[in-house]
Amino acid sequence: MNPDSENRDSFTEALTSVLDGLYGAALRLAKNRSDAEDLVAETAAKAWAKRASLKDRQCFRAWIFRILTNTFLSEFRKRALVPLYEPSDPEHEGDEQPFSIFDRLHQPFLLWWSHPEQDFLDQVMREQLERAIDALPECFRVAVILSDLEGFNYNEISTMLKIPVGTVRSRLARGRGLLQKALWGLVEEAGRGASAHRPADSAASGTIIPLTRRNTRKTP
Amino acid sequence: MSTPRINAIQCEEALNRLFTYLDHELRGHRHAEMERHLKTCRSCFSRAEFERRLKSQLTEMAQEKAPTSLEQRIFALLKSF
Repeated sequence: MNPDSENRDSFTEALTSVLDGLYGAALRLAKNRSDAEDLVAETAAKAWAKRASLKDRQCFRAWIFRILTNTFLSEFRKRALVPLYEPSDPEHEGDEQPFSIFDRLHQPFLLWWSHPEQDFLDQVMREQLERAIDALPECFRVAVILSDLEGFNYNEISTMLKIPVGTVRSRLARGRGLLQKALWGLVEEAGRGASAHRPADSAASGTIIPLTRRNTRKTP
Repeated sequence: MSTPRINAIQCEEALNRLFTYLDHELRGHRHAEMERHLKTCRSCFSRAEFERRLKSQLTEMAQEKAPTSLEQRIFALLKSF
């Protein structure tokens, strides 16, 4: 086997081992399957061209995700379909108290629920999670995807996005708060929709109190 | 070398550290203080469990199988180089 072919085989093997993860991240970044496939293909081509810059094969995953992220961000800017959201003051972007579903579930007038967190998590659908992530402004979405979906640590994300670790931390805090706020709205909306089909249900009032309760009721 | 003292922390401080803890980014005595607080505070423990489960639902969401057409496209692309 010649060295080029061996090199390509080993690169293909490494790429195959992370392909599902790359595609999963690309899907949440690009928000649709067709663009996600293009993004992964472009990442693969760029990674092959830059393969000499990978010094340690153990770092292949972080290295190629960095290329994926940068490709997405640069393409996103180039296409300018939606203006890239950048916080006006990145150093203080996490100062305000982030939205918390847990706090909402534990408001005093909701305490008659026995297991509010359990009930809430049980009714969260994958589609709602996807929509909540897709609704995040880019800079927060990328941080949340790299941390919560892909499991990269703060240092790795800092290197990938070329931002300080403190900014990674604050973007995650802000992004998670926004994600929880969007998720809360989507689950509440779904609960309201479900009760609208049951006119006799007192939950049709549209308040958040019966959010979980009405979903735990058995349909007659 | 003396072992750093593990101080008791208040709920407010525990909540400030919560996501750093869940992200496995807390080290040393700060991590130990957090663990100790979660063992003794039911409210913060419940919050931590909720956030952990929500985070794990997000992680599960990332488990997406790449379509066969994409695999074939990548293989063809790499062969062409």
